[in-house]
Amino acid sequence: MGMTMSQKILAAHAGLEKVEAGQLINAKLDMVLGNDITAPVAINEFNKAGFGSVFDRNKISLVMDHFAPNKDIKAATQCKQCREFANDMGIVNFYDVGDMGVEHALLPEKGLVCAGELVIGADSHTCTYGALGAFSTGVGSTDMAAGMATGEAWFKVPSAIRFNLTGKLNKWVSGKDVILHIIGMIGVDGALYQSMEFGGEGLKNLTMDDRLCMANMAIEAGAKNGIFEVDDVTIAYMKDRVNREFKVYTADPDAEYTRVIDIYLSQVKPTVAFPHLPENARTIDNVGDVKIDQVVIGSCTNGRLSDMETAAEILKGKKVAKHVRCIIIPATQKIWMECVKRGYMDIFIEAGCAVSTPTCGPCLGGHTGILAAGERAVATTNRNFVGRMGHTESEVYLASPAIAAASAIAGKIADVSEVL
Amino acid sequence: MKAHGAVHKYGDNIDTDVIIPARYLNTADHKELASHCMEDIDKEFIHRVKEGDIMVGQANFGCGSSREHAPIAIKASGISCVIAATFARIFYRNAINIGLAILECPEAAENIKNGDEVEVDFDTGVITNVTKNETYQAQPFPDFIKTIISEGGLLNSLRK
Repeated sequence: MGMTMSQKILAAHAGLEKVEAGQLINAKLDMVLGNDITAPVAINEFNKAGFGSVFDRNKISLVMDHFAPNKDIKAATQCKQCREFANDMGIVNFYDVGDMGVEHALLPEKGLVCAGELVIGADSHTCTYGALGAFSTGVGSTDMAAGMATGEAWFKVPSAIRFNLTGKLNKWVSGKDVILHIIGMIGVDGALYQSMEFGGEGLKNLTMDDRLCMANMAIEAGAKNGIFEVDDVTIAYMKDRVNREFKVYTADPDAEYTRVIDIYLSQVKPTVAFPHLPENARTIDNVGDVKIDQVVIGSCTNGRLSDMETAAEILKGKKVAKHVRCIIIPATQKIWMECVKRGYMDIFIEAGCAVSTPTCGPCLGGHTGILAAGERAVATTNRNFVGRMGHTESEVYLASPAIAAASAIAGKIADVSEVL
Repeated sequence: MKAHGAVHKYGDNIDTDVIIPARYLNTADHKELASHCMEDIDKEFIHRVKEGDIMVGQANFGCGSSREHAPIAIKASGISCVIAATFARIFYRNAINIGLAILECPEAAENIKNGDEVEVDFDTGVITNVTKNETYQAQPFPDFIKTIISEGGLLNSLRK
């Protein structure tokens, strides 16, 4: 029996010819990531265990993005602890306010992760980098501490679900709709402990931003990782960013999958996940009349340049509804700058949006857009759990940047055709 | 090694945002995290829980964020063991790495009710519902994980 893409990457990093689903292995890491919330716990454990140095100061990334710019004194203290640790250990990839971005937008943009690599991060959305053909998965702070010290981690080799993509998305439909559609179909534990492997003839029609968004939300189906076959689109993306050799792995023709699911991209409709689980997916024609108070366009799921472009196209010359607060957060400094150059910032401000510096802020109910009891938001983020964006009696509806921008104008959840 | 206590029972998909809301993640202090454990779905939990009590959930317990603060908050609240039908994988890993005992057992998750008195034998994986006089067999840990737990967590096992 052959191996899946994920299994091949794990085998190579464990120094093994072959691995099988369920096997426990120890593997070498190419990158270990942490942020201002998870790294302090890891640093405490690292110090408590008495490790004096990190395994490789080039292979650790620390990004101050969750409660930064510091939301309060405690958050400031946590960032300070990370800053001092990075300094003491000589960590090269330390990103602080001014050059940081939302971690999972930042690392691919900087070329810090690429095809064939094995990455762990103390953040569940670390699975994003599977879009580049890497094996990348979220872990906790103790795993991060051990990874920083030894450059290794233990893994249970996952089985996989294969998604065969066919055809092409319609106008205003994006990777976000595809992944919400998939999570709606298989459920929030539909891929528990497994890999979600994406490929097929339709892959070439998905942009890197679509793929990054889809891999990002693999965790919302319970998956260990999401991973995409590497094609010309991937290679072109890495060409300008990655300055080291990378290896492309492909699944064996006889690789075993627990399930094979066909996705016809042209049939995917704009999709919204209702509170309080990402699996509560409804197509836009089944949404009904849902009045909203806030819109958030940003995050590691949808804060990339094409997301900003979509929002700008829809918001151009329009006004955000009087009772709606529309918060736009370009995910990195580079994306922010590009929004300025392309005139998107003018469009956003003239439409009545508030534009924030990069941060995870509202996505996890941290800051910069918290909801009161009874309020509803449409967000391009990845989770809509109870209390995720604020009060336990508030509601988050997950959607694409196109639906979010249209909803901001309409004052209720709306399709693009209702406002253009 | 055994655990014995009263059960705090919850449903499917108990996510890490309700176990410890992100608004409290500006600290890594275990006691402070514990003081907010479960508060978004069960405000009384932290007043009701006694040292050694057992938490029971159903499918996909601990889904969502990778925050290790979630198993830390549960452990620091006094909970000795979490039983669920299935666990989300990052939570499962984190619990083991910090030394919070967790057991997968769909039968126990189904039949144990809130307030039942339960005893868990970690060596055999047998869960006894004292209130109902029933027993359930949990999946025992693989040897690899037993080693991590017996050596007091991942970092202790690495130092040896």
